[in-house]
Amino acid sequence: MEGMGLLFALVGAALAAGMAGIGSAVGVGIAGRAASGVVTEDPNQFSKVLVLQLLPGTQGIYGLLIAFITLTQIGIMGGDSNVSLLEGLLYLAACLPMAFGGLFSAIAQGKCSVSAIGLVAKRPDQFGKAMIFPAMVETYAILSLLISILSIFGVSGLGL
Amino acid sequence: MSKVPMKRIFICGLKRDRKQILEFLQMESVVEIDESSEKDEYLKKMDVMPKKLLFDKNSNFAEQALSVLESYAPEETTLLSSLEAETELPRSEYEQRIVHAEEYLAMAKEILALEQRIGEIRDEIPKIENREVMLRSWERLDVPLSYEGTAYTKAFIGTIPGEHSKKDIMDAFLKKDGEDEPEKSGESSVPPVEIDIISSSKEQSCIFLLCLRRDEDIVEAGLKQLGFAYPKNSTSKSVPATEIRELKAKKEGILSDITKLKRQLIAYTDNRKELKFASDYYAMRAEKYRHLQQLPQSESAFFIEGYVPSAYSEELRRRLTEKFSAYVELSDPEEGEDVPVALSNGLFSDPMETVVESYSLPGPGEIDPSRVVSIFYYVFFGIMLSDAGYGILLSLATGYVLLKVKNMKPGMKKMMKLFFYGGLSTIVWGFMFGSFFGNAVNVIAATFFGRPDISLRPLWFEPMSEPMRFLVFAFGLGIVHILTGLGIKLYQCLKAGDIMGAVCDSVLWFMFVGGGIVYLLTMPMVTGMLGLSFTLGSTAASISAAIAIIGAIGVVLTGGRESKNWFKRLLKGAYSAYGITGYLSDILSYSRLLALGLATGVIAQVFNQMGSMLGATWYGALIFIIIFLIGHVLNIGINVLGAYVHTNRLQFVEFFGKFYDGGGRKFEPFSEHTKYFKIKEDN
Repeated sequence: MEGMGLLFALVGAALAAGMAGIGSAVGVGIAGRAASGVVTEDPNQFSKVLVLQLLPGTQGIYGLLIAFITLTQIGIMGGDSNVSLLEGLLYLAACLPMAFGGLFSAIAQGKCSVSAIGLVAKRPDQFGKAMIFPAMVETYAILSLLISILSIFGVSGLGL
Repeated sequence: MSKVPMKRIFICGLKRDRKQILEFLQMESVVEIDESSEKDEYLKKMDVMPKKLLFDKNSNFAEQALSVLESYAPEETTLLSSLEAETELPRSEYEQRIVHAEEYLAMAKEILALEQRIGEIRDEIPKIENREVMLRSWERLDVPLSYEGTAYTKAFIGTIPGEHSKKDIMDAFLKKDGEDEPEKSGESSVPPVEIDIISSSKEQSCIFLLCLRRDEDIVEAGLKQLGFAYPKNSTSKSVPATEIRELKAKKEGILSDITKLKRQLIAYTDNRKELKFASDYYAMRAEKYRHLQQLPQSESAFFIEGYVPSAYSEELRRRLTEKFSAYVELSDPEEGEDVPVALSNGLFSDPMETVVESYSLPGPGEIDPSRVVSIFYYVFFGIMLSDAGYGILLSLATGYVLLKVKNMKPGMKKMMKLFFYGGLSTIVWGFMFGSFFGNAVNVIAATFFGRPDISLRPLWFEPMSEPMRFLVFAFGLGIVHILTGLGIKLYQCLKAGDIMGAVCDSVLWFMFVGGGIVYLLTMPMVTGMLGLSFTLGSTAASISAAIAIIGAIGVVLTGGRESKNWFKRLLKGAYSAYGITGYLSDILSYSRLLALGLATGVIAQVFNQMGSMLGATWYGALIFIIIFLIGHVLNIGINVLGAYVHTNRLQFVEFFGKFYDGGGRKFEPFSEHTKYFKIKEDN
């Protein structure tokens, strides 16, 4: 049972990076298909639709961020890796907001990006507004990230 | 603040001067012509539509000719030159070139004709090739395909589907005759024929069959059974082998014609400038005629109404009245008039005009928020990117482009300046948080020089180790930002003389939100959670609570003041007080400063760590350099995008939501809307 705490903490990090990554991949993927369609019609819109396509990609980065912080805290990236079972479970719980928030918000943001790309295709001058709609969805990924970060630092501060 | 003040201009001129006056206005490009004037039975509009369409068509010809040239001999462009605006063309050269416009147009038409001709003769080639393929299977035949026989013999030349030998064909005659006339002996019923299989493949056999004229019908019937068909277009009098040779020669002729025509076309690439000029020139004239079409005119006079920036108005009046016999009247726009909006800000804030414009230009009675936005914009951008190394790279790159490309498209230039200043701010915040390509200094020192004690000390604090402090800082900035927005609302209401609005929509909210925030700071639970070192005393608590409550009651009482019904008014007021949750979520939204700021640093650290894994060997150093370069380029890309998008969002949603509706119409002066050249005045 010695290493169980470490195992759970690692599962948490893996979930945060993996699930948020899946969400971003799906989101960027569907937005990319819409973007290709627009570029076949009007190659000049490439840079604009590229920006919109990349918007759902941030969840994957946030997931990576949480995973990385967790790995550093539990000492996998070098240092002392002495994690009790309770601590490991707490880390796992701390990673969950990012895992689920990232997964679903990225997919929703991807769908929103598709519409925004459609908007830019019809009215390229409205790019500034088109960018805002997907950015609204991202707020919730950021809130998830916030809670995950605060929890991880909180757990390490408990000194269990 | 920095909306350009406009004047309404009214010009009345003689009809004979109208083209010159329009040209003069087009050249000055400071007047937006208002075409919404009402119909008047004395004033007619002139129909110049056909001319306008002709000019549009001519401009199109030149455009098409240019695109033809582009497809045959692409114009060389560099990455930097694609940022450049129109080439400058001195007015004197422009005047000289106008005379030649017709020639340029003829040139364009010639290019299009050449292109069409190439297309036509190119269409011939597949026809020739098909014929050649068909003839190949007849190559061995030494009579023409149209050969029909001699006086006593009949020749059948054609194809039969499927692979056949001589015997197959003879058998076909036999069987058929046997069935039809069983009494006759088989021998005599087979007519004497000579069959030559010219070529044979799975699809078809090409045969040459010779028989006596008297057996013609029997043989033909037999052949029909086999599915015999004459070759198509077999009118040529020459032997297939010769015809193939002729076709080859013809094809070569066409190909060399095409090369010749292409060479002629490519020779025109030196005339790109002329074609561009023609395109611009006709587009300009078309625009002039579009306005001419709209001008109200009487028997001998015409009228122009429009808007002109006040700064140019007097000068314009002087020059118009000096040059032409015209009457010019300037007046201030009336209240509530739909005046077009142009923005003008200083060096530092003018990149914000693109940001403001992409939201919406300020509507009537609203101030231009560019200056206020700019301060927060650069700060937020810097905090989100938060790496000194990235900031230096970003500022260097954009600064280089700004210096190198003198004549840049205005929108692009503003964008570059935005990132330049954003980069500067990023440098400042990067050093504040001790981030230079992530923790590169520490990783390099520790891995390659064995000195893990060396690292870049943050000037303020390190976000990774004190995230709560960062969060509180982000919320604090957010509160300042939002309250500034409320302050602008107050200013706008006071300027418009709307005291009621100022008090109800701004002052009461100030009390409500501000009092609420201060009251929160008096609760030990909150300050403890935020890690603040102070907790305000109980006097502050009661004062702030009182202010917040007065504010809240005020909002409930006045939030629905447009309703007559008291009950309805209170309900609406209560609903608008519920808007306090909006403020809460707005403030929470500034946590993205923390999220994006941390993301940059963490990803940079990940790459640094990955690179340093092979330790202090020579290949370790090589791998480190490669991963460092790729990783950080990637990270800059992602995070500049993120910082840009989310800084915009904070301005548009959280900040503009407090005071700004927009809805202004852009000032679009009547001018030379050219694509390639910008005509420059000679001095």
